[in-house]
Amino acid sequence: MLAVATLPDAITFAIAAVIAVVGALGVVLSRNPVHAALMLVMTLFGVAVLFVEENAQFLAAVQVIVYTGAIIVLFLFVIMLIGVDREERVFADGFNARRVLTFFLGLAMLAEVLLLGHQRWVTGAHSVTGTLHGAAANVSDLGHAIFTTYLLPFEVTSALLVVAVIGAVVLARRHAIGGETAERPALAAGEPGSGAGTDDASPLFEGAPSGSGVDQ
Amino acid sequence: MIPASFAAAISDPLFAKGFGLAVLITILVKVVVAFAVLMVSVMLMIWFERKVISDMQNRIGPNRAGPFGLLQTLADGTKLFFKEDLLPERADRLVFRLAPYFSVVPAFLIFTVVPVGGVVTIAGHVVELQVADPPIGILVVLALSSLAVYGTMLAGWSSGSKYPLLGSVRASAQMISYEAVLGLTVVVVVLEAHGLSTRAIVDSQASAFWHWNVIRLGVIPFVLFFIASTAELNRPPFDLSEGESELGGGYHTEYSSIRFALFFLAEFMNTVTMSAVVVTLFFGGPDGPGFPVVRWLWPILWFAGKTVVFCYIQVWIRAALPRLRYDQLMDLGWKRLMPLALAWLLIVAGFVWSLAWGFAIIGGCIVGGLLLAQSMKVARLRRDELSLAGARGDGGDVAPALGSAEKVGG
Repeated sequence: MLAVATLPDAITFAIAAVIAVVGALGVVLSRNPVHAALMLVMTLFGVAVLFVEENAQFLAAVQVIVYTGAIIVLFLFVIMLIGVDREERVFADGFNARRVLTFFLGLAMLAEVLLLGHQRWVTGAHSVTGTLHGAAANVSDLGHAIFTTYLLPFEVTSALLVVAVIGAVVLARRHAIGGETAERPALAAGEPGSGAGTDDASPLFEGAPSGSGVDQ
Repeated sequence: MIPASFAAAISDPLFAKGFGLAVLITILVKVVVAFAVLMVSVMLMIWFERKVISDMQNRIGPNRAGPFGLLQTLADGTKLFFKEDLLPERADRLVFRLAPYFSVVPAFLIFTVVPVGGVVTIAGHVVELQVADPPIGILVVLALSSLAVYGTMLAGWSSGSKYPLLGSVRASAQMISYEAVLGLTVVVVVLEAHGLSTRAIVDSQASAFWHWNVIRLGVIPFVLFFIASTAELNRPPFDLSEGESELGGGYHTEYSSIRFALFFLAEFMNTVTMSAVVVTLFFGGPDGPGFPVVRWLWPILWFAGKTVVFCYIQVWIRAALPRLRYDQLMDLGWKRLMPLALAWLLIVAGFVWSLAWGFAIIGGCIVGGLLLAQSMKVARLRRDELSLAGARGDGGDVAPALGSAEKVGG
């Protein structure tokens, strides 16, 4: 079904695009990691609206559930737990080689996106599965695609994820397995013995906003 | 005027004849009515909760404002509205102000996809008695409930204070853990309903109570969903993020005035909406015997009645059960509910395919579960031995070793 760009379509697109772009700029420009994460949420929302606009409703919902609901929450969780410094000046030392390199790499990236984005050999065929048969067919089309044509990539991806999870667990618990007494870094709020209310709360606290407010 | 893609995207029959003035008015009326009903129901819910808990604790409860104390919530709200709105000096101002809305807005929006009644015809238009019927209805519920974590999380972080931060860290870990169980049980329902739209889920359970998912899918998915949704809402016994005995109020310690009221509103609204979602998913929604007089009314009454029952159960649970410890919470979520939800999903999927497959998968689940239990037992024994050996080897390590053994036991 051909998406005819009508006025409501155009307005929705404009609003969602502005939300997405402003959010993306905010991620890059905000100094506070928590603010950056929130801006990322905004971008993901804008993109989700664009998905709905493109009749990919399932993708929109999954994007919100997985990225906004789980991944960014994990980001924030880590930021709060390990207490990343509130303000980190990447280019504190003025004009240097790294800055120049960053500039040119960014330029190359932009050129790449602009030049190659239109090429069919880069993005693959324009339409992989054909047109959608209405929005309700989202799920069944996707299911058929994943479990027939793209079964191998799907299974390989899930195997990769499982390996990653196991790897993370093994890395985190290396001390305990090595026969040493379990000296895991106690999750301040996670372990009842060392948890809330004790001194362990102090490293946690570094992530929270401190005396200097945002607007100063 | 209406884009073609949009028309195809909406399964709502309201748009079948295009998008005119009558449709617009219908939508507006639905939104306003839903908003008003939800607000009033929250007011009544707070009163109801306080009264029922009072009753269970042999107290009288609110009885001054209005008949039976019905207007107590209104009085409290007015009081909160006129209190001073404090902003802690160390707070992150923007996020601190924003956080309550992250709690309230999802609580409102979840209700929009819940079918509260049957289908009626008004002026030639077929109107479903629910605010919206997106084809991915139940995913909207999941998405919004996963957004609700931001309110709690950001409130605790932005307060710039120790206890709220601990509360928000607890809340985020808890909500991520239980979201997985929530999603898996919803998948079981979707398997049987052959659709993600809430209307499709309700329609698939229509006509008789033995078609309701709670019976058709076995009671397990319902129990899992109910526990997981209680945890997702941070309601007792899973309200560790508030934990007034150890965290002094948890994530909203620093909040006062109308912002605190918003958190309160969100909590009770979530109780109502989640009860409504449970009814939709497992108890046939507005399904129930009707009578030939005023046909459109009976489904609504059935829906309201069932929802009230679940609100009551939530209150009952709050009055009866003590708060879980954090490790018990994680243990319950990941080691008990999660494997059970996965196994049940596989079993139901097997029975949907064929009877033989269903029984085969039941057997497979039993064998797999026994193997898993045995391997966990072996691992636990080995770890205990290791930590005991470590304790014997060096006297100084006795305390941590005992500590870890205790954690394993818990």
